[in-house]
Formats: sequence, structure tokens, C-alpha cells
Amino acid sequence: MSLLVVRGLDSRYGDFQALFGIDLTVDEGETLAVIGANGAGKSTLLNTIAGLVSVAGGEVAFDGQVVNRASVHRRVDLGIALVPEGRRIFPSLGVEENLRLGGYRKRRGPWTVEAVYDVFPLLRPLARRSAARLSGGEQQTLAIGRALMANPRLLLLDEVSLGLAPIVVQQLYRALEAITGNGTTLMLVEQDISQALRVADRFACLVEGRVSLTGRPADVSRADVTDAYFGMART
Amino acid sequence: MNWVNVVVQGILLGGLYALFAAGLSLTFGVMRLVNLAHGDLSILAAFFCFSVAEVFDLNPLVALVLVLPAAFLFGYLLQRIIVEHVPRMDVLPPIVVTFGLGIIIQNLLLRHYSADNRRLQVGSLATDRIRVSDELTIGMMPLITFLAAVAVLGALHLLLQRTQLGRSFRAASDDPDAARLMGVDHKRIFALALAVSMVTVALAGVLLGIRTSFTPSAGPARLIFAFEAVIIGGLGSLWGTLVGGIILGVAQAVGSELNPGWGVLTGHLVFLAVLVVRPTGLFGKVRVA
Repeated sequence: MSLLVVRGLDSRYGDFQALFGIDLTVDEGETLAVIGANGAGKSTLLNTIAGLVSVAGGEVAFDGQVVNRASVHRRVDLGIALVPEGRRIFPSLGVEENLRLGGYRKRRGPWTVEAVYDVFPLLRPLARRSAARLSGGEQQTLAIGRALMANPRLLLLDEVSLGLAPIVVQQLYRALEAITGNGTTLMLVEQDISQALRVADRFACLVEGRVSLTGRPADVSRADVTDAYFGMART
Repeated sequence: MNWVNVVVQGILLGGLYALFAAGLSLTFGVMRLVNLAHGDLSILAAFFCFSVAEVFDLNPLVALVLVLPAAFLFGYLLQRIIVEHVPRMDVLPPIVVTFGLGIIIQNLLLRHYSADNRRLQVGSLATDRIRVSDELTIGMMPLITFLAAVAVLGALHLLLQRTQLGRSFRAASDDPDAARLMGVDHKRIFALALAVSMVTVALAGVLLGIRTSFTPSAGPARLIFAFEAVIIGGLGSLWGTLVGGIILGVAQAVGSELNPGWGVLTGHLVFLAVLVVRPTGLFGKVRVA
């Protein structure tokens, strides 16, 4: 069944409308990639699902429950966690403190500090280091580990590969596969389309706040995706 | 003139300033709130303690058992009912609101208690002193005040560094939205921060009221000394705040010794000198945005 159902979703920042009638679903255990150009509304979509941006129209339902008006922390309790764009780790906290804060709501589940270190061994020796003194890749790893500490059922990932070396991106995605392996549902926003389509079960392409194409990576041609990405109608 | 005595008295006075500054430092650190009502709130607490002591016929220090929890509750509600609803897109609105709050508090106190000088009476404790040598005697209350300041700053330090609540304070200070994503209820956290701050402010106000007489208009001067202590010590450093308070206290004591009218002025001059030489304060953590 669908874990997340988005129906006719509108989002706006003041007078600026960023999303127009978005419809999409994410099934339990599946990985959905959201692709699209800069400004297409990908981050807004994730932020609206997480509750940072309020729903202007339509609805967001999680596990059969409409969460339009639920606070961010209520959604964390339900099992929605977002790894925000730009990592947003807490620089004045240590690495382990960042992880512990990720478990702030004490939601039950398999993830503990130790379990995160097992999936991301590079964090273990850095436990006591200030998060401000990590490299970009280490920060991104920490941001993902921190979100896992919330024991989410749905993990939202915003541009995890941005600004990272290809080798680091590969490592992160390999870890993400391990994470989805234990049943966590993933919804990721990615500029790197080939990377996104490689890991995704399904994808949705956004153009100017609207869904232009959805499907399974195996079912569409490269040209279809390119056209959808640039918002060109197929002839 | 006995300089050892002057410096020791200055250090003890500095403890009181640090206590005033601790709450200011906390609210600014956690929620970037510049609370201009800080001094008036401490005087409000002193008057409240005065009334509690009078009504229940208690020693003001015993009355703290009622005053401090009341201050906690007051701080929590103040945030939830007023400060939370102030627009935060700019630093100015909270400053204007807390400035106004300070004026309201002063006038309500004036209406209810009149402009008379009041003092919290603790009996012989107010005059008890420890004789260290012929030149140096230490007053019991100044010593208690100083030790209370060290204890409060130490407790705040432990709270911030060792507890999940403290981590959430620091996280909300770093990045409120990212903290929300962790499930930190920022409204509750901010209210708790103001509540904790109010407890330290109330304690400072009561200790002030035991040390010296106070009137409804005594708040703003306390606010200035607290600001100076925070800035000398450096924003974001609790122990820096203690050092800042001590430097300010010693400067005032030395100034007063030189000329009875120079105490406050000398404190301000030392503050300005620190601001010129080290704008981030002595122990300030320079933040790179």
C-alpha cells in the first residue's frame, strides 16, 4: 500500500506559488526519485511533506492519515524524517551529539548511535569532534545518520550528492541501499539524474511546480526523461 | 587605601553582575532575543519576593522556594503568550516589545509599591562578615551571592553541555529549522529557555534586593551592567560571562576607591576599552555565518 499519498498539492511562499496540484504516491519500501531543474519545486515538495512549508491546497497523507496541519515534530513522531539541502548539521554540537539530537523524539526502531556507526564507520572515530570541523562528505554522512536516528519510515533526502566528490557520492548511495534493504521508504531529490534513476524504483519529474512525467526508470527512454526534464511535450 | 580589599569586594560584586548576565546570555544565545526588560524583570522578582516574605512572614531567602518556581512559570508564559508572537524577521520588533514590557513593569510596580526604597531583610546575615585579616573582611551576603553565581553558571554549563535539553537549546540556536526537523518543538524549547533565564534573573534580583535598596526604576541600570558583563566576556561563553562580571565589578570598585563618584564611570570605560581592543569579547566564539 502507499505510505505517502500527495493529492493536488499546492505550496506557496507568500505570493509566489511553487507547487501546482502535485499528485504522487510512494509505496512502502520503495525508492522514489524526484528529478527536475533548479527551481522546479523539488525541495519545496520535500519541505512541504516534512512540514517546514505549509500546505496551501490539496493534501498530504502519511500512512492513511492526512497530515496537512500536523507540526514538524508530530510528523517526526509518525516517522517522516528529512535530510535537508545543505546538510544543516549543528556546528556547535559534536558528531555524536548531532546523532543524539536526531533521536530527540525517542521514536522506537532499529537505529541507535551504534547502528549508525556500523553503517557509516567513518563517523565512529569522529564521535567527539565538533561537527563544524568535518569535511563536506563527512557532514553529509552525519546528516543522513542524524535523520536515521529518528527511526523514520519515510526518509526524505534533498540533494545528498551536491558538492561532493563522485567517490563519496558512491559510498553514500551504497549505504542508502543498505538502509532501504531493511524496509525504509526513500524519497530523494537529486540533480544527478543518472545517479537518481540507478537507485530509484520509480521517479517523478517536476517542471515549474508540476509533475511532467512519472514512471519506472526501466520503462522510459533517456529521451523521454530529457524531454520531461526540460518540459517539452512529446510529439 | 587597601587595594586587596577593593579587588576582593569588586570580585564579589562581579558575581552578582555575572548572575544578572547569565540569563541575558542564555536567551540571546538560544533564541537571539535581546531582552530589554531583563533588568525590570529582576526588580519585579525582587518586589514579588518582598511581598511573599511579608505575607507569609518568611526570610526572603526562604521565600525563594516560592519565587523561583513562579519565575520559571512566568518566563514560560511570557514566551508563549507574548514574545512568541512577535515577528522575528528582524532584530528590532523583539527589542521594541521587550522595551515596552520594561516600561509597563516599571509603571505597574510604581503604582502598586510607590517609588519608595525597599530592601529585603535577612536579619543579621546582611551584616555578618568573615574577618580574613586586619585589612580584609568579607561580607557573608556578597560571598553567598558570588558562590550562587558560580553555582548557577556551573549548572547552566552542565545543562547546556550534558543534557538533551541543553543540546536542543544549542541546536535551536545554531539552526532553528534544522532543529525542528529533528522533532524539537522550538516553541516549547524557546519557552523553556526564557523560563530558565527568568529563574536566574529572579535569583539575581532577590540577591540584589538583599544587598542594596531598590525602587521600581532600578531595572535599566541592571540591564546595562548585565550587557556589559556579557560583552566583556564574549557572547556564547558562560564562563566568559563570569569573568566579564568580575572585570566590571573590580573596575567599579577600583573607580569608587579612587573617587566615590567614579565607580560606574570606570566600569563603563573598561567596557568601552574591551570593545575597542576585542570587539568579540575576551572569550567570545567568533561565529562564521
